[in-house]
Amino acid sequence: MNLEYSTEQTLLADSVERLLSQRRATDRRAIWAACAELGLLALPFPEDMGGLAGGNVEAQIVMEAVGRHLADVPYIGCAVGPGAILGLCPETLRLRELVAAIAEGSRTACLAHEEEHARYRLAHVETRAERTASGFVLNGKKTGIATIDGVDELIVSARLSGAAGDETGIALFLVPADLPGVRMRTFPAFDGTTLAIVGLSDVALPPDALLASDKGALAALDRAEAASLSAVCGEAVGILEAMLDETVAYLKTRQQFGGPIGRFQALQHRAAEMYVALEQARSMALLAAVSVDLPDREERWRMLAAAKVQINASLRFVGQQAVQLHGGIGVTEECRVGRCFKRTAMIERAFGDTFHHLAVLDRLGGLEGRLPRTAPAQANGRAA
Amino acid sequence: MDLSFSHEEIAFRDEVRAFIRDNLPADIRAKAGRVAHFDKADVVAWHRILDARGWAASHWPREHGGPGFSPVQRYIFMEEMLRAPTPEPLSFNINMVGPVVYTFGSDAQKARFLSRIRSLDWWFCQGFSEPGAGSDLAALRTSARREGDEYIVNGQKIWTSTAHVADWMFCLVRTDAAAKKQEGISFLLIDMRTPGITVRPIITIDGAHHTNEVFLDDVRVPVANRIGAENRGWDYAKFLLGNERTGIARVGLSQGRVSRAVSLACGIEGLDGPLTDDHGFRRRVIELEIELKALEITALRIIDRQRRRNDGRPDPASSVLKLRGAETQQASAQLLLDVAGRLGAPLDADLAALGGGFAEAQGAAAIHLGARAATIYGGSSEIQKNIIAKGILGL
Repeated sequence: MNLEYSTEQTLLADSVERLLSQRRATDRRAIWAACAELGLLALPFPEDMGGLAGGNVEAQIVMEAVGRHLADVPYIGCAVGPGAILGLCPETLRLRELVAAIAEGSRTACLAHEEEHARYRLAHVETRAERTASGFVLNGKKTGIATIDGVDELIVSARLSGAAGDETGIALFLVPADLPGVRMRTFPAFDGTTLAIVGLSDVALPPDALLASDKGALAALDRAEAASLSAVCGEAVGILEAMLDETVAYLKTRQQFGGPIGRFQALQHRAAEMYVALEQARSMALLAAVSVDLPDREERWRMLAAAKVQINASLRFVGQQAVQLHGGIGVTEECRVGRCFKRTAMIERAFGDTFHHLAVLDRLGGLEGRLPRTAPAQANGRAA
Repeated sequence: MDLSFSHEEIAFRDEVRAFIRDNLPADIRAKAGRVAHFDKADVVAWHRILDARGWAASHWPREHGGPGFSPVQRYIFMEEMLRAPTPEPLSFNINMVGPVVYTFGSDAQKARFLSRIRSLDWWFCQGFSEPGAGSDLAALRTSARREGDEYIVNGQKIWTSTAHVADWMFCLVRTDAAAKKQEGISFLLIDMRTPGITVRPIITIDGAHHTNEVFLDDVRVPVANRIGAENRGWDYAKFLLGNERTGIARVGLSQGRVSRAVSLACGIEGLDGPLTDDHGFRRRVIELEIELKALEITALRIIDRQRRRNDGRPDPASSVLKLRGAETQQASAQLLLDVAGRLGAPLDADLAALGGGFAEAQGAAAIHLGARAATIYGGSSEIQKNIIAKGILGL
């Protein structure tokens, strides 16, 4: 057991903190360039493709700072997710060039996997890929893509065979966003982050666009989902910290009835409960980070599901209390806790919400495997 | 970052597990998990078995007769005993008075008391709370007036668990009525056979006689039985209450209750088939499992921090363990009784005569009722929140 950051991890935490505490939340591209300069964009990618092969703890360190500063950095969608996918793909010259370009910030890539009817089921892919004489043709629609404006490359999941929900038949493709037939629409989510929907109609790809297929593709998607879930747990911890700090500071300064409202025990106890929720979330984020690479799929998803359920509960409780204890100012656009609260609500539904992960745990007989199984066990869900 | 135990720690866990399996007497094993409190005889019997192995005082340093466990080993050891479950080494002796004696006692006191505290030859109870001094412990009024080389002690203690079977009581008394309330308190060891001590039972809602009122009426206590300096008792009490807090989450105890609830549920049919298929039941199990996992990791994080800091000071974050630990003990006890349904009704009856289902559910009511005290004793949940608010958040 060793729960201490290494020297390198401490340095990383310090430098990310420094970077994000200096930047205004609005200049997205500038933050992205600064992230590249710091080496953060190379971090999630495998070493043989020119990445830094950072681990899940490193990704959480970055995301914790992102959360703490409520930075608009699509690090999970454009770095953690692609890094996890490419880590399981055979190394090629094209991928090495891509990773080098991503690392220096000159090109961007993101994962386009989610679909309208998937509802967190990993193998629910309706988008079709057909083999043709000159490669592949893709048709379908991808949703909920966490991305950056003007993204260059999409890592798209599509089905070569089978029906939505089948664990076999899925393939992953590298799709330049400017290809004919790729139509991307971005929209702001309620928390201010950018999401995209991509329509694919008769998108023609050369044979070397195929990154992985079947078992390999599913394993890569599973790994990306696991790594992303772990990373977003780190972001959650950062936001929880920020909300607790802001709230405690407010309790100490806001004057009512002739003194700071923090002298009232009812409010002190609420703040104490927020602290408990933060500590429990910190513990579960740690569990998530060390569970991403567990070889047993069921064991891995038991731990990750438990982590996400607990962290969602902490986000909801702390978010609601932070707004409440700020009073009227807490529900205004100018107040930071209000923005934090919106972000928590988006994180709750990232990489599986509470309904989903409780269902995962139910199928697996609970976290400790004590409960008799009632349904055929499929880690992280598939179509029933 | 690594959450898993080392090979040595896992080997140690297996050793403890095997020791419990091979040495826990069958009659105690049969009661395990079915009683809210073990009898004195059971606690003593198991304690002696542990002591023979050198494990009774699991977190005492080697020079005072402890096994010299690392913080992680201590945690593993306690959790294995809770999970089995076995009677726990008597907290009053091992966690509370023992460390006070070896830290603040004189050589003569160490020679007289330590090995008897460790071996449980002398069973201690805790004379802290009074009718007017509960959460506000420093408001205590039991007085000790010096007369030659004796104190004359007068007053009343309450919630004195096991006083009726105890040989000794460690007791906070007021030796200076004029001083600020924390500064006039001394820490005495009182022989329970001393004339003037009256123990009156308090029957708790679980039907048990576990706790008591203790009346002290001109009780003569040798000054030689005072630990440390006069009027410094509050410091020793704070040390005692902050000592070894990482085990207080008692995750293993709650895990054992959840396991028992699930196995009980396996044999129960409801409106829609087996209770273990019931969505609401399964969800409560899963949510408890998640909470317990988080608590377990929080305990390990605090141990890890202490190991690195190594100054022995209590970590205010351990209030999280007491707070959530007590809540999960209650939630798991409640789950057990909820599964038992009306078969959980008997508190104390001839279960063999009532039938098998009642025997299966034995103890569910007593455990549930007994668990309500968990958020009250040892610093109530409200006090823990005060500690967090003041000690950590600076409110």
